[in-house]
Amino acid sequence: MASLNVRAAILSVLFLVLFLGAWQLATAPPGAPEHELTELELLMGLGAGSGGGMPAPTQVFSLAWEELSLAFHDGGPNDKGIGLQLMYSVGRVLAGFALAVVVAVPLGFLIGMSPVLNKALNPYIQVLKPISPLAWMPLALFTIQDAATSAIFVIFICSIWPMLVNTAFGVASVKRDWLNVARTLELSNLRTALFVILPAAAPTILTGMRISIGISWLVIVAAEMLVGGTGIGYYVWNEWNNLDIAAVIFAIVMIGIVGMLLDAVLAQAGHFLRYQE
Amino acid sequence: MSLHFIEVENLARRFPQPGRKPPVTVFEHVNFNIEKGEFICIIGHSGCGKSTILNVLAGLDSPSEGEFVMDGKEVSGPSRDRGVIFQNHSLLPWRSALGNVSFAVGARWPEWSRKKVREHSRSYLEMVGLANAENKKPSELSGGMRQRVGIARAFAIEPKLLLMDEPFGALDALTRGVIQEELLQIWGRTHQTVFMITHDVDEAILLADRVLLMTNGPDARIAESVVIDIPRPRDRSAIHQHPEYYTIRNHLVDFLITRSKTLQGRVGGPGQQPRTVNPVKGTGVPERGSTPRVVGGTG
Repeated sequence: MASLNVRAAILSVLFLVLFLGAWQLATAPPGAPEHELTELELLMGLGAGSGGGMPAPTQVFSLAWEELSLAFHDGGPNDKGIGLQLMYSVGRVLAGFALAVVVAVPLGFLIGMSPVLNKALNPYIQVLKPISPLAWMPLALFTIQDAATSAIFVIFICSIWPMLVNTAFGVASVKRDWLNVARTLELSNLRTALFVILPAAAPTILTGMRISIGISWLVIVAAEMLVGGTGIGYYVWNEWNNLDIAAVIFAIVMIGIVGMLLDAVLAQAGHFLRYQE
Repeated sequence: MSLHFIEVENLARRFPQPGRKPPVTVFEHVNFNIEKGEFICIIGHSGCGKSTILNVLAGLDSPSEGEFVMDGKEVSGPSRDRGVIFQNHSLLPWRSALGNVSFAVGARWPEWSRKKVREHSRSYLEMVGLANAENKKPSELSGGMRQRVGIARAFAIEPKLLLMDEPFGALDALTRGVIQEELLQIWGRTHQTVFMITHDVDEAILLADRVLLMTNGPDARIAESVVIDIPRPRDRSAIHQHPEYYTIRNHLVDFLITRSKTLQGRVGGPGQQPRTVNPVKGTGVPERGSTPRVVGGTG
């Protein structure tokens, strides 16, 4: 019997083949159209021969090959390679995320250590947390007056909450025993925070960071659709306007892969910081 | 100038009740002294406030009344001249065995070089037989080994007073016996002053110079200070054959079964020391069945 991993891998590949096969069949040319094409169908390119205007996987693959070989090509505002566009998006996400770390981790520390501050700030956090980050966009555009920076602000505002809440929770639930060890050793507050509370809360803080970066990556696509110019969100919207569905599908897959990589990086970091009691 | 190394005077702990009800007194009139190098065990039923007394001595808790003088100075708040071994080892799980010990050593002597801290810490890990496990994380160690690291950590900072809160309570009987013996050996070398909570009468007889007996709570007090004068070095495997062993043991067990209840709230008073009892010599032993109304201290 093959190992669990091997069996799972075989099954994974099998699912992929089945899915691609079904997709290929479904988009196979249907022969002659059964009825006169309406104006809309003509507009959507349904007469072009491929099934229902949906590109076949082979078309997507050939487009992907083309796009990936020109991934970092820069031919002006409307002709940037997918690699460049993704870099713009990742750059914005990292900028907004880094700002959020700088604010959320120290603030979360304070909230976690002070029950008074926790109670005082909790109502605001609860109200601010469920606001869709995109709702901040007009306000950001109005005050910052710069589309690219506004997108970064939107990432900042959406990634701050999970980190803030997780940091506060992690800090507040550090075991009393460990704090007592620090107290009996007469550690200063700073040293206690750095050498006892921070490592104790690190796994929880990192979980917050992972949630944050996941949300950021979800939000950046929508934000870039709004602000335009550059980025993977703009790319998707642009290709939709060009009615290039194959490019849209390709971009969707790329968004998924990059999102997975971002998460994997933080998961790996979490692996180093995790401890077992 | 105080006469004893440690003097605990009129310690009390009361918890306020909601409404106009009078506060609940866990313990009061707690007076006792400890001499330098003495090994003291304290025994009492759950809820009598033993752990609170230990936490007060550690500076982790503050009493409602009373004070605690060590080396002629009144003590408040935690400090590095008192080491604590907690019931559940309380090692930092992200640090290795050596890392846990050197963390404490580094905090105790910040001026020491990294190398000196390591060497000092390693020598104490060797003392508890864990030289080979120094790089293991607590999660990779057995319960007994974890508690050994805790012991090494507490001894390594060479505190003036070592406080142990049922250090072997969570261990199985076999491991407990082995570690008791190791503790006895280490203590024989360092002669630290120790204040230890235990539930185990045999453990107390094996380790202690004196055993403080607490009545039940609420209104708990320290009723007796029982002298254990079985000569040292003591050997765990042979101590129960000592002719005086069962005299002492019966005295302690009798207390836990009957007198801890009958004396509840009825012994001691402001400034009164617990009565000193030597069950072997028969001094201070209360008559069987008698329940003295107020027992004066013998100081």
